[in-house]
Amino acid sequence: MFTATATRAPHSDVPTGHKPAEGRVGAGLFDPKQLVRSLPDAFRKLDPRVMVKSPVMFVVWIGSVLTTVFSFKDPGDWFGWAISAWLWLTVVFANLAEAVAEGRGKAQADTLRKAKTDTVARRLVGGAEEQVPGTDLRIGDLVVCEAGDIIPGDGDVVEGVASVDESAITGESAPVIRESGGDRSAVTGGTKVLSDRIVIKITTKPGETFIDRMINLVEGAARQKTPNEIALNILLASLTIVFLLAVVTLPPFADYAGTHLTMVVLVALLVCLIPTTIGALLSAIGIAGMDRLVQRNVLAMSGRAVEAAGDVSTLLLDKTGTITLGNRRAAEFVAVSGTTEAEVADAAQLSSLADETPEGRSIVVLAKEKYGLRERHQGELVGAAWIAFTAQTRMSGVDADGRSIRKGAAGSVVAWVEEQGGTVAEDAGAVVDRISEAGGTPLLVAVHDDRGARVLGVIHLKDVVKDGMRERFDELRRMGIKTVMITGDNPLTAKAIAEEAGVDDFLAEATPEDKMALIKREQAGGKLVAMTGDGTNDAPALAQADVGVAMNTGTSAAKEAGNMVDLDSNPTKLIEIVEIGKQLLITRGALTTFSIANDVAKYFAIIPALFAAVYPGLNSLNIMGLESPDSAILSAVIFNALIIIALVPLSLKGVRYRPVSADKMLRRNLTIYGIGGLIAPFIGIKIIDMLISLIPGL
Amino acid sequence: MGPVLAGFLQLLALIGALALAYVPLGNYMAKVFSADKHWRVEMWVYRGIGADPDAKMRWPAYLRGVLAFSAVGVLFLYLLQRIQGVLPGSFGFSSIEPAQAFNTAASFVTNTNWQSYYGEQAMGHIVQTAGLAVQNFVSAAVGIAVAVALVRGFARSRTGELGNFWADLVRGTIRILLPGAAIAAIVLVACGAIQNFSGIHEVGQFMGGSQQWNGGAVASQEAIKEFGTNGGGYFNANSAHPFENPTPFTNLFEIFLLLVIPFALTRTFGVMVGSVKQGYAILAAMCTIWLGFVVLMMWTEFAHHGPALQAAGGAMEGKEVRFGVGSSSIFAVSTTLTSTGAVDSFHSSFTGLGGGITMLGMMLGEIAPGGTGSGLYGMLIMAVIAVFIAGLMVGRTPEYLGKKIGSREMKLAAIYILITPALVLVFTAISMALPTPPHSMLNSGAHGFSEVLYAFTSAANNNGSAFAGLNANTDWFNTMTGSAMLLGRFLPMVFVLALAGSLAEQKPVPVTAGTLRTDKPLYAGLLVGTIVVITGLTYFPALALGPLAEGLA
Repeated sequence: MFTATATRAPHSDVPTGHKPAEGRVGAGLFDPKQLVRSLPDAFRKLDPRVMVKSPVMFVVWIGSVLTTVFSFKDPGDWFGWAISAWLWLTVVFANLAEAVAEGRGKAQADTLRKAKTDTVARRLVGGAEEQVPGTDLRIGDLVVCEAGDIIPGDGDVVEGVASVDESAITGESAPVIRESGGDRSAVTGGTKVLSDRIVIKITTKPGETFIDRMINLVEGAARQKTPNEIALNILLASLTIVFLLAVVTLPPFADYAGTHLTMVVLVALLVCLIPTTIGALLSAIGIAGMDRLVQRNVLAMSGRAVEAAGDVSTLLLDKTGTITLGNRRAAEFVAVSGTTEAEVADAAQLSSLADETPEGRSIVVLAKEKYGLRERHQGELVGAAWIAFTAQTRMSGVDADGRSIRKGAAGSVVAWVEEQGGTVAEDAGAVVDRISEAGGTPLLVAVHDDRGARVLGVIHLKDVVKDGMRERFDELRRMGIKTVMITGDNPLTAKAIAEEAGVDDFLAEATPEDKMALIKREQAGGKLVAMTGDGTNDAPALAQADVGVAMNTGTSAAKEAGNMVDLDSNPTKLIEIVEIGKQLLITRGALTTFSIANDVAKYFAIIPALFAAVYPGLNSLNIMGLESPDSAILSAVIFNALIIIALVPLSLKGVRYRPVSADKMLRRNLTIYGIGGLIAPFIGIKIIDMLISLIPGL
Repeated sequence: MGPVLAGFLQLLALIGALALAYVPLGNYMAKVFSADKHWRVEMWVYRGIGADPDAKMRWPAYLRGVLAFSAVGVLFLYLLQRIQGVLPGSFGFSSIEPAQAFNTAASFVTNTNWQSYYGEQAMGHIVQTAGLAVQNFVSAAVGIAVAVALVRGFARSRTGELGNFWADLVRGTIRILLPGAAIAAIVLVACGAIQNFSGIHEVGQFMGGSQQWNGGAVASQEAIKEFGTNGGGYFNANSAHPFENPTPFTNLFEIFLLLVIPFALTRTFGVMVGSVKQGYAILAAMCTIWLGFVVLMMWTEFAHHGPALQAAGGAMEGKEVRFGVGSSSIFAVSTTLTSTGAVDSFHSSFTGLGGGITMLGMMLGEIAPGGTGSGLYGMLIMAVIAVFIAGLMVGRTPEYLGKKIGSREMKLAAIYILITPALVLVFTAISMALPTPPHSMLNSGAHGFSEVLYAFTSAANNNGSAFAGLNANTDWFNTMTGSAMLLGRFLPMVFVLALAGSLAEQKPVPVTAGTLRTDKPLYAGLLVGTIVVITGLTYFPALALGPLAEGLA
């Protein structure tokens, strides 16, 4: 029971980064200076081999080339030059969005690279050490690391114990313990041994280590289009083709009507109609989504996993550390017949002074807070013999002033009382049962004094559910996500905690096989499952889950099996990961809607401009009252370019996300991005047109 | 009672009748396509064509059935017209020229029923009844079969099987279309439509001179013409002809017939996917567009400018005085929002904007409520597109009816929405760019352009109505509209069936609070918006140069 030993600095119990009052997934700040800094990259991306990856923007790129060529043929036409310039700007703005998104990862990659300086490894060959470059290590090599050494590659400790500084990766300065065997054996290349000596068996090839993968991830070099991004690209490509058809078929219609459309005008119309806004921002949204995870110290091994996180409908959460604080705490003292609560409290406190476990400390704290008993120290009682808690005796206590006091597990204490020739009060058993049934852990307090050995009362230890968890689970329920608590506790205890925490379901006395079976059952019903895990025995379940978040403190097997690694090893973060996944999809959908809705206004600007000369009736479509055909077309093109830049911060930060039902979310986003997307360009184009008409000489 | 009020009362009566038929017909159709037992007469048919009605078909097999059956249909109809000269009961009409025969064969097999000929001056009894009327039944049944296959794709899981094409085809014909058309024909005969095999009558006119009247099995063909959203008239004047459509009641009845299956199929869909509410949402989207168009049309046609229109109480040019503005407006909208293409008034003579409304109806893809079957599958494709965009906005991989819309599904849906705009715009553009085709136009200016645009819109969307004026019986238009009809009918079906196959293979995703609810008004509204913005905007430039230029002048 009392076996928990912290292997690294404890984490804050409050879920990081999430402030309910704020009600959104936090986001990195957007600094306008980043735009300027990324400008060279944006120009570099004008290379057609790069552009072709984004079909929508590639069409704009070709359009820009065309209008520029035609402007050279007719250099006196200011309109052609103006359109060409703004079309090029449209392309540059799109590249800029992507460059800014990537730039944010670059800084992080640089820090990581510093950790990955070329290390010299001390390889063990037949008992002798030899110095080799870290890059020469192969899987299965044994290397020695002593205090001050940088660990040359990813591996498992096979011999010894050491404290390791992993701040290069996690940013956490407190050292962690790494030891051979068990779940704390994994070490990461680039981290530093602070004390002692360990032998490490290398488990990854150079160039594929954790830190290498991290660098690739944050730089976006390893970024592949995710399934949903591909699907959206298909839709955008299809819309682009539809509008391309609408535009290329227009010249014969116009010629018949008696007006000739120039290439510049046709390209301008095309660029305004195709979904450039979302086309320009799509990859930035994806990169920024990954980046938001990185900012929370979560590494997703693939974008697919981030998307899957948005779709998760079942969350498996470990009880300890995620739902409850790591340790049980004393909640009440219950007296048995013939004693008072105060007596129990006094004895409980005294007997727990020699118990340094968190549970023991909590008894002392409860006695002080609830019964006003001043905390005493071991030195205060002269001649007292302290009996410290051990896992074997499962009791602690003190012998002083002719009194022996013991507290501990029910079985141990009953045995002690009977050994001392005492009797156990009849109602003690009833209290113990009551506490067990309520999901708590009963500890007995007994005394042996001049009145003989007897049980004084019972300490009620219970799991303490973290603050705000119930609200969190309510939120998840509103989002349509079912939470399942996983615990090794018996069903009774598990049920009590599950009810208190407000989870939807629980799995008690869970073995790794049970977990696996649960995941498969949920998946068979079409659900996507997310879980966290750290032990080697979690690895199969982590691999099976759709989103498997391995704790960085976990074994390398667990880290290999999962598709995300939480560097903070904070299991509560699973909830945030789900929110980030959803936010990524919402941002894409919102900007797609906005982009398509924009077209309506652009038609109203351009169509009358093109044809009002031959069919004056069409002037009644000029509901914005734009100044002249040229300025109408130019305004639409300018609006189209500027809206990209205006939406860069949104695409990087992500659309505001609230955990509400799908219906409410749709209503809200549809109002803002659908209706807003319909109206905004009418206003924007009108304003730009007014400004253009102020330019003298046009 | 003023004409406006009369129009609205007729509209109310129509809606009431459709509402009454909705549930029984929809449920009945669901039963037909879910039943295990075959009727004896059906077994005879299966034995006759050598089909196994119990074979389970995956999408490629289903598609092969559709294409093979339709190819045989085109070939048969083509040959029948080519040998008309030697067939009995042909009033002495000669065989049809190759280009026109191809056009007509394509037209009737694709449920388009575009007619570049004058019915009473070109087609004899055998071609009309054994050729055209048969296709009126089976082309409609093919459409329903494909729609049902798509619905099964949504309803089924972890199987690629979409049912059996032959069973669906035969059941649709024998259990739905034949009995329905029989009842409808009796009603039409009772109201004065003709049904005989008599020859040509020479009839004296009131003002002197004489006129030729054909007899024929008109009522029976009229019934399936509307009930199967075909639209090919026995007579050139189509449903404006008193032999086809004698009274204002039959006019309303015919509108009812052409709308009833497409609307009721949403019920069938709801029943088959296990949630009638999903069917209501699709129905709501269809009704919103249909009703919106009707009201818009009545407004443009009743709003009269100029003394002539005012004296007539509306834009009466090209409309039958028996039906008036209101009923003609409802007919025009209903025929162009379904794939019917029957007309009781001449769309070319509508006001400029009114003509534009008929064109826009077809351009939306004829999905509100659309043709028999084709309307439902067209609408469901748009539902998939809408769900994709909206689904993202709720933060999940989009799913519709428990099926994920991934890149494969999106690819199929995206190509589907490309096909008809491509056909309409490209074929129109080529026709306008070439020197000779524009000679077919009767009018000049915007109205002339509308004639050509209308022709290809009607052909590619398998509508079949014409903007009178265009001389479509030229080699160019016969060939091009014929190709547009075939491509516009069968290419989309390829992608619909492929999508159905892909959906049927998936395992279903359970509904949670995080799932986008596609059975709510919000979604229906979103669907309408998606249709209007995505499909409507494609045609905006073309419409601006035709009906808008004319209507806003």
